[in-house]
Amino acid sequence: MQYYNKMLETAPRHEMKALQSYNLSRTVRRIYENVPLYRRRMDEAGVKPEHIKSIDDLHLLPFTVKQDLRDTYPYGLFAVPMDQVVRLHASSGTTGKQIVVGYTENDIKMWAQCVARSLCAIGATKKDFIQISYGYGLFTGGLGLHYGAELLGAAVIPTSTGNTARQIQILRDFGSTIICSTPSYALYIIDCLKESGIPLSELKLRAGFFGAEPWTDNMRKQIEAGLNIKAYDIYGLSEITGPGVSFDCECQNGLHVNEDHFVPEIINPDTLEVLPDGEKGELVFTCITKEAFPLIRYRTRDIASITHEPCSCGRTLVRMSKPQGRSDDMLIIRGVNVFPSQIESVLLGIGETSPHYMLIVDRVNNTDTLEIQVELSREMFSSDSVKHLQELEASIRSKIDSTLGISAKVTFVEPKTLARTEGKAKRVIDKRVLI
Amino acid sequence: MIIKQISVFVENRPGRLAEITAMIAGCGVNIRALSIADTSHFGIMRCIVDKPEVTEAVLRNAGLTVAITDVIGLRIPDCPGGLAEALKFLADKGFTVEYAYAFIEKTENDAYVVLRIDDAERAVKVLKANGYKGAEPSKQ
Repeated sequence: MQYYNKMLETAPRHEMKALQSYNLSRTVRRIYENVPLYRRRMDEAGVKPEHIKSIDDLHLLPFTVKQDLRDTYPYGLFAVPMDQVVRLHASSGTTGKQIVVGYTENDIKMWAQCVARSLCAIGATKKDFIQISYGYGLFTGGLGLHYGAELLGAAVIPTSTGNTARQIQILRDFGSTIICSTPSYALYIIDCLKESGIPLSELKLRAGFFGAEPWTDNMRKQIEAGLNIKAYDIYGLSEITGPGVSFDCECQNGLHVNEDHFVPEIINPDTLEVLPDGEKGELVFTCITKEAFPLIRYRTRDIASITHEPCSCGRTLVRMSKPQGRSDDMLIIRGVNVFPSQIESVLLGIGETSPHYMLIVDRVNNTDTLEIQVELSREMFSSDSVKHLQELEASIRSKIDSTLGISAKVTFVEPKTLARTEGKAKRVIDKRVLI
Repeated sequence: MIIKQISVFVENRPGRLAEITAMIAGCGVNIRALSIADTSHFGIMRCIVDKPEVTEAVLRNAGLTVAITDVIGLRIPDCPGGLAEALKFLADKGFTVEYAYAFIEKTENDAYVVLRIDDAERAVKVLKANGYKGAEPSKQ
């Protein structure tokens, strides 16, 4: 069993807690001084930095939610002067407005270490050829894995997403031994590989690191069989840092959290009480070492459970279950975070009234598809020409593409054909089978 | 010469057209002319009826998306070249026909064509000034 940082990864609980306590109290002092929103929230809750002496005091601190990131857009939650920021990443928010996160030089190093540690835990070494088929750019997936793999000393192949025929050619010709991508893209690669006629025996792949969207053990089995590899889970979110917040080890028995940097809690999303080990609830993270963008008790909306039971890999790092759903209505479609409200605001922009709509999400040939069914209103039908409706459809499609970055099929339906429910309207039919 | 046309947005699903025409029949409205524009997802049913206001109310109450459009009902000789001559006339005068469909009345020697033209009022003036006659199918 290999470790990237054995001392930290196998630290006894009391040592880990001491380290966490030290870093938490430092971070809290810093954000209280530098981030007006945190100072106000703490003052309102009657909590002073000196009250936070130990990690056991974490529960005294107020929660942070995604709305806070939007309200303080772009840099309101940054805890350092902007000249210390060396990188910005962004992801989409719920109303079409994106959120932005930042990193100092130290933050980038810490992130790379978390990813290197994760890669190490799945058996990667500097001898590996690591093909990174996550998107590069504002999305944290590509560059996150990239820096970690380089830090490990592996040969990094930054293919990014797309052009699958070429991806497969590179897998074979460059002798890639590890691939990193979204699980659904891995399944798509498997399909293309079958069509290409290239036998698996010509590939040197032995492992894959998959994340950025929900996947199941059944998908894991399909990927493992289709590529003849071991498929591991890597979890993360831009708000906390990106991929590498937690990771599977070779035991594939829950994801170890890099808890010397990100302290997890599980809460009841309704009562906000902290739940004990083993109970399912909303995952909350506190960044205790980040400089530029240290979120405190950030509610991820992912549903999971945690356990402190030792893992047979020897790591004592707390483990979280694979996220088993969301406590809000966010959908992940082809790795992109989509909130129904974003689509609603696009639709509002085209007519005088808010049309009724339904989102149909499906998975066809291992690729997520999104269909938006829109009830045709009187205003939208003011001109009875086919051309007009087709233009309207094309304009909705292109606005969805430019705000969300995903392509969708738009279908007009007759009014009152979409199901109406009492109270909150049902806006989503997710047909993807994630067994 | 200007007549009211009913346009209905119709989803492409089996039996839908039968349901809608049954609704029209149910209120004693007679359909004089009918055209259906179709795409892969939806269709637009356009029709000339003897009671457009009643039809509009009935269909709207049933929850359908309905539009009333002014179109030109033009009387043309029911013989080879009758339509071609009228369309050439309109083209020469600079009018663009967005869509058109024709129908024949039982008791006359003339045929009728329904034309959707952007500037319908001006087109009517020009047509009338040149001896064209309108079709008034609601007053049969």
